[in-house]
Amino acid sequence: MNEFVRTDAARPDADAAAPASPIVTLHDVHKRFGATQVLNGVSFEVERGAVTVIIGRSGSGKSTALRCINRLEQIDRGEISVCGHRVDSPSVSLKALRLDVGIVFQQYNLFPHLTVEQNIMLAPRLARSVGKAEARELAHDVIARVGLADKAGHYPEQLSGGQQQRAAIARSLAMEPKVMLFDEVTSALDPQLTGEVLRVIESLAAGGMTMIMVTHEMGFARLVADQVLFMHQGRVWERGGPEIMRAPATAELQQFLESDL
Amino acid sequence: MFAHLNASQLQFLIDGALWTVVLSSIAMICGGMVGFVIALARVSPGAGLRRAAAVYIQVVQGTPLLVILFVTYFGLPTIGVTVSPLVSAGMSLTINVSAYLGEIWRGAIQSVPAPQWEAAECLALTRTQRMFRVVLPQAIRIATPPTVGFSVQVIKNTSLASVVGFVELARAGQIINNSIFQPFSVYLIIAAIYFCLCFPISRLSRRLERRRGFARALPELEVFAHE
Repeated sequence: MNEFVRTDAARPDADAAAPASPIVTLHDVHKRFGATQVLNGVSFEVERGAVTVIIGRSGSGKSTALRCINRLEQIDRGEISVCGHRVDSPSVSLKALRLDVGIVFQQYNLFPHLTVEQNIMLAPRLARSVGKAEARELAHDVIARVGLADKAGHYPEQLSGGQQQRAAIARSLAMEPKVMLFDEVTSALDPQLTGEVLRVIESLAAGGMTMIMVTHEMGFARLVADQVLFMHQGRVWERGGPEIMRAPATAELQQFLESDL
Repeated sequence: MFAHLNASQLQFLIDGALWTVVLSSIAMICGGMVGFVIALARVSPGAGLRRAAAVYIQVVQGTPLLVILFVTYFGLPTIGVTVSPLVSAGMSLTINVSAYLGEIWRGAIQSVPAPQWEAAECLALTRTQRMFRVVLPQAIRIATPPTVGFSVQVIKNTSLASVVGFVELARAGQIINNSIFQPFSVYLIIAAIYFCLCFPISRLSRRLERRRGFARALPELEVFAHE
C-alpha cells in the first residue's frame, strides 16, 4: 500500500551486535473505538536498547498504539508481543507485563496524597515486595537520576510541571522496567520545562533504556531516535532512521513536517 | 420563663441529649461500616454486585425513616424477633445512613480521576492495592466535608426514634412538657440543644470544605503513606 519502509541501515551498531530478536513486536494491529478505526494494521518492531519515536497528527493513532503495548487498550485483531508476553492473548499476565513495561503520561498522574519519595516507593513495595529500606534507597537513586534530590519530601502540588514529570519518570524507573513508554510527556509543559524533561529522557537513552515515545518535539526526535515511525490514518505510513525527517519519502510526512515549522 | 424547670427535669433533658449523641454515633459508625461496603459494591467490577447495591440504595432512600422504624420495632416481633427501642432505632438508622453514605462515598470514589487508576494499574498494583492505596486515600479527602455535613442530618433524624418509645432529646422534651405543660419554653430549649449539637459540626464541615489541598493536613495523610 502506501507504506514506505526503509531498511535499518542508519543505526551504527545494528550490525555490530548479534541479530537479537526484537523486544517489542506489533503485527497487523487493529483497534476501533465505536465507528472509528483508530489502528488499521499497525506493524513495527523495536529492538533492545533502541529509541523509537512515533510522530504524526493528532488522531493518527499514535497514542492508542502506545497504550495497546501495555494493554491499557485491548486490540481487536493482530499480535503484540512485549518482552515475551503475548499482549493480545486473553491469558497474558497483566502484572508480569506491567512489571516489564513502564509508562509516563502527558498529565504526569502522580498520586497527590503522597510525597515524591512515597510515590516512587509505593509500587516497588507493593508489586515487587521490596523492603522499606531498600525501596527508600531505590527511590533516592532514581530521584537523583532525574535531578530532584531536594524535592523527595515534597507533594506533587508543590512542584512545577517539569518537576512533576521528572518525578513521574523516576516513579516508573524505580520499577526497573525493560521497556519505557512515553506518551506526549512534554505536551503540557512550556519550552523551558520541556528542556529539563527531555534531558532526563536523553540520559536514559544514553544509558541504553529501550524506549518508545510519542512526541511533538521534532528536534528531540531527530536527536535521540534510532527509529522514527510516522503514523497516518491508523497505519505506520513511513518508517526509518531519523534521516526520514530530513528527506521524507511520502507526501504525507513531507506535509506533516512542513506544518510543524 | 424557665423558672419552672427544676434540676431533675434539666438532668432528664441532658440525659436525653446524651442518648441522642449515642444514637447518632451508633448510626454513623454502623451505618458507615455498612455504607462503606455498599460504596465498594457500587464500584465493583461485578455487574450483579453493582446492581444489588444500587437496588438497596434506591429502596432505602425511597422509604421514610419513620416507616423503617415501624418495620423494625412493630414488624419484627410478628416474626418472633423482639427488639428494644435502642436496637430498633440503631438498626433503622444504620439502614438509613448506610444507603446515603454509600451513595456519597460512591460519588467520592468515582470522582478520583480515572488516570489515577490507570497510573496505579501501570505500576503493576492489583485492583485491591489500587483501591486502598491510591484511590481511597484521595476519595476520603473528597468525602470528608459531605460526610460531616450529613452527620448533622443524622443527629436531627434521631428525633424520629421517639416514635418507638426511645427516650432521646425530643422524647425527653415531650415527657417533661407532659408534666409541666409549658410547650413553648420546653421545645425552645430542645431546639437550642439540637442547635448546640449541630452547629459546631456544620461549621467543621464548612471549614473542611475550604481546605481541600493535599499538602496541608499532613498528619492525616501519614496514615496512608506508611503501613
